[in-house]
Amino acid sequence: MNKYDPKGIPHTTPRQSATFTQDINSDIRRAAATGIYDIRGGGAKRKVPSFDDLLFMGASISRYPLEGYREKCETSVTIGGLHAENPIELDIPITIAGMSFGALSGPAKEALGRGASAAGTSTTTGDGGMTPEERGHSDKLVYQYLPSRYGMNPNDLRKADAIEIVVGQGAKPGGGGMLLGQKISDRVAEMRNLPKGIDQRSACRHPDWTGPDDLEIKILELREITGWKVPIYVKVAGARPYYDTTLAIKAGADAVVLDGMQGGTAATQDVFIEHVGQPTLAIVRPAVQALQDLGMHRKVQLILSGGIRSGADVAKAMALGADAVAIGTAALIALGDNDPKWEAEYNALGTTAGAYDDWHEGRDPAGITTQDPELQARFDPVEGGRRLRNYLKVMTLEAQTIARACGKNHLHNLEPEDLVALTMEAAAMAQVPLAGTNWYPGKPNTSF
Amino acid sequence: MQTIDLSETGLRAMNKLLHAQSEDTNQTAWEIINPKGAHAIACGLNAPIEVTVKGSTGYYCAGMNQQATVNIHGSAGPGTGENIMSGKIVIEGDASQYLGATGHGGLIVVKGNASSRCGISMKGVNIVVQGNIGHMSAFMGQSGNLVVCGDAGDALGDSCYEARFFVRGKVKSLGADCEKKEMRKEHLTLLKSLLDEAGIDADPTEFTRYGSARNLYNFDVDNAGAY
Ligand SMILES: Cc1cc2nc3c(=O)[nH]c(=O)nc-3n(C[C@H](O)[C@H](O)[C@H](O)COP(=O)(O)O)c2cc1C
Repeated sequence: MNKYDPKGIPHTTPRQSATFTQDINSDIRRAAATGIYDIRGGGAKRKVPSFDDLLFMGASISRYPLEGYREKCETSVTIGGLHAENPIELDIPITIAGMSFGALSGPAKEALGRGASAAGTSTTTGDGGMTPEERGHSDKLVYQYLPSRYGMNPNDLRKADAIEIVVGQGAKPGGGGMLLGQKISDRVAEMRNLPKGIDQRSACRHPDWTGPDDLEIKILELREITGWKVPIYVKVAGARPYYDTTLAIKAGADAVVLDGMQGGTAATQDVFIEHVGQPTLAIVRPAVQALQDLGMHRKVQLILSGGIRSGADVAKAMALGADAVAIGTAALIALGDNDPKWEAEYNALGTTAGAYDDWHEGRDPAGITTQDPELQARFDPVEGGRRLRNYLKVMTLEAQTIARACGKNHLHNLEPEDLVALTMEAAAMAQVPLAGTNWYPGKPNTSF
Repeated sequence: MQTIDLSETGLRAMNKLLHAQSEDTNQTAWEIINPKGAHAIACGLNAPIEVTVKGSTGYYCAGMNQQATVNIHGSAGPGTGENIMSGKIVIEGDASQYLGATGHGGLIVVKGNASSRCGISMKGVNIVVQGNIGHMSAFMGQSGNLVVCGDAGDALGDSCYEARFFVRGKVKSLGADCEKKEMRKEHLTLLKSLLDEAGIDADPTEFTRYGSARNLYNFDVDNAGAY
């Protein structure tokens, strides 16, 4: 019976649209009220085919496992040996991705340096330049050379252990960063040569080169300035991974950093984050193919990023051919970002722990993505560094656990043959068999 | 005077030699012959030396310069003096695109013309061009001064911040958020000193000043069409 209808006609359950969801409707109302697109931090939140769709098979009669606590499973990686006099030697293949000072506080950058150094890995500067906190606390620091060139300074360049030319970021292939007025504090403004309090839109293209031939000359210039000592990485978004990797190698890169669409950003238009770029899972094999086609696999290192969370993700990235990974968002969470202990404050900002992404507003309750001195004071860089170190160690142990189970004495020995895919999409993207079959879409000499 | 024949010494050895000069070096005068348009000549210098390149140069000559004076007796390729921090670059001929891109300080003088995107993203450098400059010059210019004794191409100072532009001739068009400004006494004084430093004889009162209208500093939907 239907209490809403005087005639008692059966009532249909109110049905939400799959097209006009509550989320979408709230986007429309927000746009209608403000006249500006939504800007936020973080990476793509939509569900995309990912490393979760892959499984390791482990050992069997045909593969011997290694003893978990007795037999060694190496984790070290050397980056940039091709052209640089001093390549980067890392104990673990998990690096800290470039995150800008400006987006992050000085103490947060310090904590990243402390944690990475204690775990035997590198950290990376970001848009906004190098801070003394970060250089001082990072054993190995990669200096980003970005389109905006904010804070770009040859003295800092010479202090770097490697240089990363940023062409693109997975969260926004073809887009520049944003730092809105509320985060342009005196210190940030000074480092960027900008007036305080303005909305700052970073350039999306380098000001003094276009195209791969110019890039080659730019790399030459940077090498000449730094005496051919340090490796030069090229970071590209997961847009056209085969060609971008090929062109980066041809231009003379020592390493290619490849960032998928789940990769975080400090602040970008939501539409950009969710609709431009390819998932991390989809970009590894084409990049590895490019390296192999040029005979450069393992000579030019591939560093993969975008949604890496665990040792399983690390192992899967390496099995597909990456030499190392980089983490951004996960490192921030390890430091204490989005911790439920601040739930009441997240609620006051109209959000909840785990969903907070308005980093550009500078009101981060965890004190990490802010330039507000009071909020910053909540964050202890020593404790943050310790937490990051622990997390990096756990990821490494997890990756080793998997590698040993597959009979590998070095993470680099993991291979696509160790994997199966749970879905057709993942099978096609990773070029590993669909579980229970010996087939994947596009496998040579097979047809649909 | 130390003379380096680039065609014999090679780029690496030459730059290494120049980089080896310290603050108090007594070998302050250097001459580079046979540059033949090579890239990255005398980039990354950081000593009070004077380097004269006898001929034309390729990309990024004197890139990231600190303290040094680099004279180019020819024309200069793209990105010359990019990210210059201090010191001086004097180009006798013409300069290609992106001259002094993102430069933080120092002075660049061009006796001929400079191509497009001259002073792009400038962050404090002073650039004085005796001839004309191309389109999109000083795009996103943040600070510093661009002086043009001739004409400027399309979209001068597009999306600029606090950089100042002084043009004696015509400006084909102004970029988004760039406007004509009043030339006050302090600007005439500044311009006079820049022209003097550049060794160019021109009357500051003949120039017009341009700069940011500051309408795009904070996003406003009513300005959306300007982006
Ligand atoms: C807060 C924040 C700031 C970032 N800043 C930069 C930056 O300045 N330059 C850059 O190349 N990438 C930047 N990134 C992207 C990271 O370098 C990296 O590509 C990304 O975080 C990897 O994906 P993940 O966050 O899923 O680990 C930033 C990311 C975050 C989360």
